[in-house]
Amino acid sequence: MRGQSHDMVQLLTPEGQRVQNSDFEFTGTTDELVGYLRDMILARRFDAEATALQRHGELGLWPPLLGQEAAQVGSAHAVRPADVVFPSYREHAVAMVLGVPLTNFLSLFRGTDGGNWGNLDKFKNYQIVIGCQALHATGYAMGLQFDGVVGPDAEDPAAVIVYHGDGASSQGDVNEAYVFAASYNAPVVFFCQNNQWAISEPIALQSRIPLYERARGFGFPGVQVDGNDVLAVKAVTDWAMDRARNGEGPTFIEAFTYRMGAHTTSDDPTKYRAYADEEAWRGRDPISRLTTYLRNEGAIDDAWLAAMDDEAKQLGVDLRAAIPTLESVTMDGLFQTVYAEESVALEAQRREYLSYAAAGEDA
Amino acid sequence: MTETLTMAKALNRGLRRALQADPKVLLAGEDIGKLGGVFRITENLQAEFGENRVIDSPLAESGIVGTAIGLAMRGYRPVVEMQFDGFVFPAFSQIVTQVAKLHMRTGGQTPMPMVIRIPYGGGIGAIEHHSESPEAYFAHTPGLKVVTCSNSNDAYWMIQQAIQSDDPVVFFEPKRRYHTKSTVNFSARPQPMHQASITRYGTDATLLCYGPMVKTCLDAATVAAEEGTSLEVVDLRTLSPVDWVTIMSSVRRTKRAIVVHEAPLTLGLGAEIAAKLHQDLFYVMESPVLRVAGYDMPYPPSRVEEEYLPSVDRILDAVDQSLAY
Repeated sequence: MRGQSHDMVQLLTPEGQRVQNSDFEFTGTTDELVGYLRDMILARRFDAEATALQRHGELGLWPPLLGQEAAQVGSAHAVRPADVVFPSYREHAVAMVLGVPLTNFLSLFRGTDGGNWGNLDKFKNYQIVIGCQALHATGYAMGLQFDGVVGPDAEDPAAVIVYHGDGASSQGDVNEAYVFAASYNAPVVFFCQNNQWAISEPIALQSRIPLYERARGFGFPGVQVDGNDVLAVKAVTDWAMDRARNGEGPTFIEAFTYRMGAHTTSDDPTKYRAYADEEAWRGRDPISRLTTYLRNEGAIDDAWLAAMDDEAKQLGVDLRAAIPTLESVTMDGLFQTVYAEESVALEAQRREYLSYAAAGEDA
Repeated sequence: MTETLTMAKALNRGLRRALQADPKVLLAGEDIGKLGGVFRITENLQAEFGENRVIDSPLAESGIVGTAIGLAMRGYRPVVEMQFDGFVFPAFSQIVTQVAKLHMRTGGQTPMPMVIRIPYGGGIGAIEHHSESPEAYFAHTPGLKVVTCSNSNDAYWMIQQAIQSDDPVVFFEPKRRYHTKSTVNFSARPQPMHQASITRYGTDATLLCYGPMVKTCLDAATVAAEEGTSLEVVDLRTLSPVDWVTIMSSVRRTKRAIVVHEAPLTLGLGAEIAAKLHQDLFYVMESPVLRVAGYDMPYPPSRVEEEYLPSVDRILDAVDQSLAY
C-alpha cells in the first residue's frame, strides 16, 4: 500500500496470524482479545444503526467509522482512569469503550443538543472544526504537567490522547499543537487515524511522505502502526501513553487504516475512488482477522459468534427505541448557557423571547 | 490608598495581584517572560511567579489561544496576550469557533474563564498591522464578553475583574494611552466591569466613546465648553454586553448623541448604538445619532493616520451638526 512503511508495526496479519515485532508486543490475555472483538462488533453495529437512523431522518448527519474499529478500540483500551481523551468527530468506538451513553451520544447528530453527553471530563466534546482539538489536548496536557500529575514521582500519572485524521495533518492548528507539545514536553499522544481519505482528497494531497515521519521534524517519536490490527494498536498506544505519563513527552502514532464507508452520510465515494481500492482493504478487515485468530485459538466458536450477533441486534433495537426519547434543549435553556455569568443585554433578549413565545401559545 | 501610574504600570500591577490571588491564573504569550512583553505590561512577572505561570509561547497565536482552552478545561484561568491587534487573526478561529461556543454547546459543562488581552488602536506611528481596532468582530460574537479600559484605575481593576470572570473576556488595551498617567485608587471598591461610566457631565449632547477615544472626547468637551457648549462624555468600558442603562440615562437627558470610535464606520459599535438609541429614544432625541469613526479603508500608513483617526475637530464638527439639526 502506498504510504505504508516497512517499519509499520503489525502483530496480527490480515490472515489472522500472530507475528513478532522487535519493538512491540501485545502482552494482554486472550480473554482481553475476546473483549476487544466484542467491542469492535458492537461498535460496527452501533455505526450501522446510526447510519440507518440518518437514512430514516432520525439523525441530521452521521460520519461512519466502518473499517476503523481496531484503531479506535485498541487505542481506547490504552486509556486509564486518570487519562483524558480529546476526540475528533468519528471516534464513536472510543466513546463506546469509555462508557459514553450511546443514546446521549447521538444527540449532537440528532440536533437535540450540542453534544453534552455527561462524562465530558473523560471524553471531551466532539470537534467539528478540523484539528482544533489538537491544541486543546496539548493545553490540557500542559495543565497536567503544571499540576504535577506527570512523571515517575506522580502517584497516579495521567496523560492525554487526542484523535485527528490525515486531513487534519495539514491544518495549522495541528502543526502548532505539535510545536507546543514538543516545546513544553507535554504528556500528549497524537493518535492520527490515516484512513487515506479526507472526504474526496487522498492522503497524497496532504503529505508526500508517510505522516509518522513528520514527527521527527517536530522533535518527538512517530510510529506507524497497522490500524486494522487491534493488538498492534493497543501495544503501540500503551507504549506512547506510558511515555507521556512518565514525563517523556509527546508521541505521534499514525494508525494506517481505511475509511470503508463515506466521509459522512452526505458523501458519495463512488465519485472519487476506485472500488478495487476498497476491495483491497476489505481483505484487511480488523474484525475478520481477529475472529479468525481467536477461532483458531479456540477462544471463540460459532455459539459465541451467534450470541454476539444477538447482542449486537439488541443494541440496535435499544437504540431505535431510545432515540425518540432524546429531549431537545430549549431556547430558554440555551439563553441561560451562552454565558456562565449573567449578561444583562442577553437577559433582555431572553425575556423578549419568552413573552413572544407565551403570546404565541395564547393566540 | 491612591497612586499615580501609567496605564501600562497599572495593568502590570493588576496582573500581579491576580497572579498572587489565585494560583490557577496563568499568563501566556509571545515575549511576555524575560522581556516583559513588547509593551512591558508583564515586566518582572516571570521572575516573580516562574516560567510555569508566566509562559513564553511559540510564535503561533492560534496555538496560544488553543492551548489556553485546554488549560481552562483543566481548571486554569489563562490570560493570553496577543502582541498586537493585527496579529489576533490567526487565533480568530479558536476564539470564535471554540472559546465563544464551548460553554453553551456543552450545556454549561465547559466554562471558559479566559482573558485575551489585545493592545489596539492607532496613533503611535506604527507600521501596518500594529494600529487596528478589531473590537466589533468580537462584540458581534455571542459567547464572548468584550471590555476596554481608558485610564489607569480602570486598567488596574478591570483586568482583575476580567480574570475573575467565568466567561471569556476579550480585553482591549488602548496602546497609545499606555504611557498616560492617572490616579489609581487601590482601596475603593471598583465599579462593576460591565458598566459604562459618565466621565464628564454635560447638558447639550452626549459623546459615546471608549478606549483611546475617551481622552480625545474629553479634550473635545473642554474645547466645546470654552465655546459655550456643554458636552457629556460616556466611557462605554464594556462593548459586549453594552451597558444600555447608562447610555440611555445620559442621552435621555442630553437628547443628542455622537458615537466616536477609531474602528471603521460601517457596522462598527456605533451602528449598533445608533440603532438602539433610535429604537428606544426616537421621540426623545432632538437629532439623529451621528458617528465619528475611522473611514472604511484598511488602516492607513502612519504619516496620514491623524487624518484617518477621529480628532477633536472632527468630533466638534459632528457636535455642530447635531446641534444644528
